[in-house]
Parts: sequence; C-alpha cells; structure tokens
Amino acid sequence: MNWLTRLIPSIGSNRDSESSKSKVPDGLWNNCPACEAILYQPELEKSLFVCPKCDHHLRIGARTRMSIFFDGGSFQELATKITTKDILKFKDTKSYSQRIKEAVSSTGEEEAIVIGKGKLEGAEIVAAAFEFRYMGGSMGGAVGTKFVQGVDAAIEHKTPLICFSTSGGARMQESMVSLMQMAKTSAALEKLKESKLPYISVMIDPIYGGVSASIAMLGDINIAEPKALVGFAGRRVIEQTVRVDLPEGFQKSEFLLEHGAIDMIVHRRDLRAKVSSILSKLYPTQ
Amino acid sequence: MSINILEFEKPIAEVAEKIEALQLAASDNPELLPQIDKLKSEQATLTKKIYSKLSTWQKVQVARHPNRPHTLDFIERIFDEFEELHGDRQFADDASLVGGIAKLEGMPVMIIGHEKGRDTEEKVKRNFGMPQPEGYRKAKRLMQLAEQFDMPVITFIDTAGAYPGVEGEERGQSEAIARNLAVMSSLKSKILVVVTGEGGSGGALALGVGDHVAILEYGTYSVASPEACASIVWRESDKAPEAAEAMKVGASDLKKIGIVDEIIVEPIGGAHQDYDTISANIKSSLLKNLAELSKFSQEELLQRRYQRLLKIGA
Ligand SMILES: [Zn+2]
Repeated sequence: MNWLTRLIPSIGSNRDSESSKSKVPDGLWNNCPACEAILYQPELEKSLFVCPKCDHHLRIGARTRMSIFFDGGSFQELATKITTKDILKFKDTKSYSQRIKEAVSSTGEEEAIVIGKGKLEGAEIVAAAFEFRYMGGSMGGAVGTKFVQGVDAAIEHKTPLICFSTSGGARMQESMVSLMQMAKTSAALEKLKESKLPYISVMIDPIYGGVSASIAMLGDINIAEPKALVGFAGRRVIEQTVRVDLPEGFQKSEFLLEHGAIDMIVHRRDLRAKVSSILSKLYPTQ
Repeated sequence: MSINILEFEKPIAEVAEKIEALQLAASDNPELLPQIDKLKSEQATLTKKIYSKLSTWQKVQVARHPNRPHTLDFIERIFDEFEELHGDRQFADDASLVGGIAKLEGMPVMIIGHEKGRDTEEKVKRNFGMPQPEGYRKAKRLMQLAEQFDMPVITFIDTAGAYPGVEGEERGQSEAIARNLAVMSSLKSKILVVVTGEGGSGGALALGVGDHVAILEYGTYSVASPEACASIVWRESDKAPEAAEAMKVGASDLKKIGIVDEIIVEPIGGAHQDYDTISANIKSSLLKNLAELSKFSQEELLQRRYQRLLKIGA
C-alpha cells in the first residue's frame, strides 16, 4: 500500500487494521497487516494492539487510544459539538457534505480528532487524538477549532498537553480554510508555551503534509511509535519529483530519530510510563 | 510572437504585433498614426474583455506566467538600499527564498520572499522557487532579526510549494515550516504578507502568517496545487481546472472566505504587462497598511493576529 492510496479519504478510510476484521466472520480473529500472523482479538487487546509475533503497532481509533492512555475511567471528552462546515461547497466526484455524512456514520465520530481531559498516573492532563478512519485524519476547520479548544483547556486547567497525531494532512475539500488550520494550531501552541505548559507530540503512523508541518513537529518533546511513517511530502510525490529510489526506512521513526527530528521512539506498552516520567521532570508542580 | 504568451492572450498579442509593425513604418508615414491609435484602443478593449472573464484555471496560468514579476523585481521597484542577507547559519543559503533589509520611504524594513528566477540557469539555481528547509530557516532567522531591531517584516509569497525531496525530509522540512508558523504567530514585529503569484500549500504559508494579508488580483492561494488536488481527490491530474475552481483559489473568493484582507489591483492584462504599475500599487498598499497597524500597541497587534487566525474555519 503506498502513501497515496492510504491517505486518499475516499479509498483510504476503510483500509486500516480495523476493517480487516470484516474478513473474519466471528470478529474474534484478525490478521497482522505486517506479518500476516493470525491474531486472537482478546489477546490483541491485551497487547494494546501490538502484534505479539512481529511487534507491528496496529492502527487503533482515537477512542481506543485515549482509553489505553488515560488512567482507567478518567477520560472526559471536551470540545464536542463542533460541526464541520462546507465553506467552499466543494464537490468532486462526490460532494464534501456527503463525504462528511459518510465519515460520521462509518466512524461514529463528529470529526477527525477527539479531545479530552483526565489523568495520567494521577496527574491531570489534556490530550488530543486524531481519528485516521475519519477522512484519513485530515485537518479542516473543525479539527483546528477542536485542537485550539484542547490547548485552551490545558491553559485553563494548567495541565500539560499531549497530542497523538495520525493524519494524511490538510483536508483538500476545505482548501485554504484547511491550510490556515496549520497556522491556527501552531499559534495556539505558542500560547501554551507562553503559559509554560509542556506539549508532548506523539507521532502515530502515518503523518504527512499539513499535520506533520504543524501540530506533530512542534512538540517540546517529540515521540514516535516504532516504524511510524512521518514526513512532509508523500513518498510517491518525492519519487515522481526526484526520480530516485527512496532509501530503506525512509521517513520511518528510526529515520526521524537518526536525523534529529524526534527525541525518542517509544513502544506502545511503554508510552504511559514514558510520558509520565517526562512530565514529572518538565512539570513537577502537580 | 514570444513563446511566453498564454493561449488566451494570443488575440491580444496579435494586435500588439500589428501595432509594433505600424510603429516601425510610422516614422516615414505619419498618416499611419491614427490607425495606430485605433489599434491601441482596440487592444485595450480586447485585453479588458478577455481579462474581465478569466476562468479560475486561466488565473492560475496568469499567476504562473513566465513573465510575471517576481520578488526581486518588486524589491527593485518598491524599496531603496536593499541589502540581501544570506544563509540559515546552520546548513546553507537557499536561493529559492531571498531576504534582506531595505528602506521603504525611509523606513527600515525586512523583506522575505520566494524567488523563482527568470532564465533557465537562474531557475535551476533558485530551484524554481521551491525552498528546502534551510530556506525556511533563513526566513525565520531574518524575522527574528527584524524583531530584534524592531522593524516590520514584509513577505512576498510566490511558490508552487516546498520542495519535495529526500534531503528536505532528512533535514526536517515539516519542522522548518511548522516552526515558522509558530514564530510568525508570536513575532513582535508587524508582518505584512503579499501573495504575488502562486501561493502553494505549506511552503507558501510558511511566510504567510501576519497582521495583514494581501493578494494580487491574479494571484492564487491553495492548500495544494490544482494538479495535486486533482490527482488526490479526483485521482486524475487532468482535472486540475476543476480542482482550481472547487478549491476557490482566486483572489475574490479568498477575500470572501476571509483568507485575505485586500486585493491589490493589477494593470489591465496582468502584472506582467507593467512591472512599474503593479509595484506602485503594492507599495501604496504596504504604506497604507503599515500606517494603519501603527495604531495598535504590540500587545494589541499580537492579539489581533491571533484572533484573525481563530476566526478561520471556526
Ligand atoms: Zn505481526
């Protein structure tokens, strides 16, 4: 699967790990997308959706992400009832408003990001998580607005902010409104910085374009899950432009670490402990 | 006829050619003069007619016109005593993005803009105006220098986008762009943005956060090039004209949506017909808006800049 087919909302939305369940009638079995090992769903949940055979980190939805990251039962959703506006009345082979309807009904989410507050090892935090199944986790006006409300909540409650990014980038159907969300969210993060509150960016496979070049890269601490693809330009675009074969491991977490873009690669099972440890030093007052 | 003439400009160019021929002959035949005048007015009417109903896709072509004035053309005509400054102090000097200090009617200013280059050799040197991370980091350095010495920043946007390449990814293209957005949103200097040609994607926006955003009449600004949008959304790159239309890349639509604050009028037939006039129009916009922004305290200015962003897509 190349970056483009993965990121195009119309065809990308149902190609993540969650959809491969549908191959299996009773819903108890799943295939690892990396090593194709047959995985038993209850076991997979216990391993936080990491393949026990090859350590591949399967894609998980925003709410699953939140529920495994926050202390049990402490997650409270924020920034709800923000609806998507079709400002441009965009229509390609389908109208944008139709695409929104479909994304809402297939994911049960009102937009491609979920915001909430709660506790991590007892400490108050605010977190944001992109929902990749919602139009490839693309960022439009509503995503930007929700993210800013998350920043505002962190400032109001004087808590750190953690964002789990996974996104194809800006949302084409909102064109400039979408592009400006990069500036809006980056400006909000400057406010967080002025309030001396830490921002931890956790990069989840994949992140490209407008989300990579704003929310994801602006962490005071940048963390990535193993083997996550993160870049500005998509792999196919680069191949077509420069006509070279991309180096092995190009744009993967390990590549980012080697080139100085991130602080560390953290396994999903260690994420809570690691973030908690970092926050206890950056923000020990709690 | 020059190869630098767009398909829809051809009827205008034909009349221009006739005028030129008659002008050559007129030195010996003064009776031709009335005919020249007639052709000139015919040319003006035709240009006005063609340019008054350009499709969005045609505007994209004007924004990318090979003869369109670029940042260095504007700098030469608008400012005095320009001193170009080079390098990001970390890796390289990126010639696709130029910057430096100059005077605008006696006032020191920092100018930063994309530069596509004119002839083939220069275009290659300037990477067709598509910066690498070091370009954006040079821009950031110059913005911070402006802040240090309390001068306004004026940016000129004209790029198809940030350069998509292996080295750019290795050196952190995403981070370079993201950092500029953050820095510009809290920079204590006034920032005036002018989209002069193509405003393509994050590579354009990395110079685009400011207190006042103007666009030239035939400038365009979009989340991706119409070709890229077409291949991503329609999955057919030849749907670019439809994508340009759907993304509303033209100046008047962008003003309606609240992306830009002002449209700077171009000479009839486009900025490439008359560099001096378009430069004068930009200059008067800059002077007017700088005066306007001087009414605000630094704190108000930053608050206004943030509110301007919050409104978009809220
Ligand atoms: Zn596996």
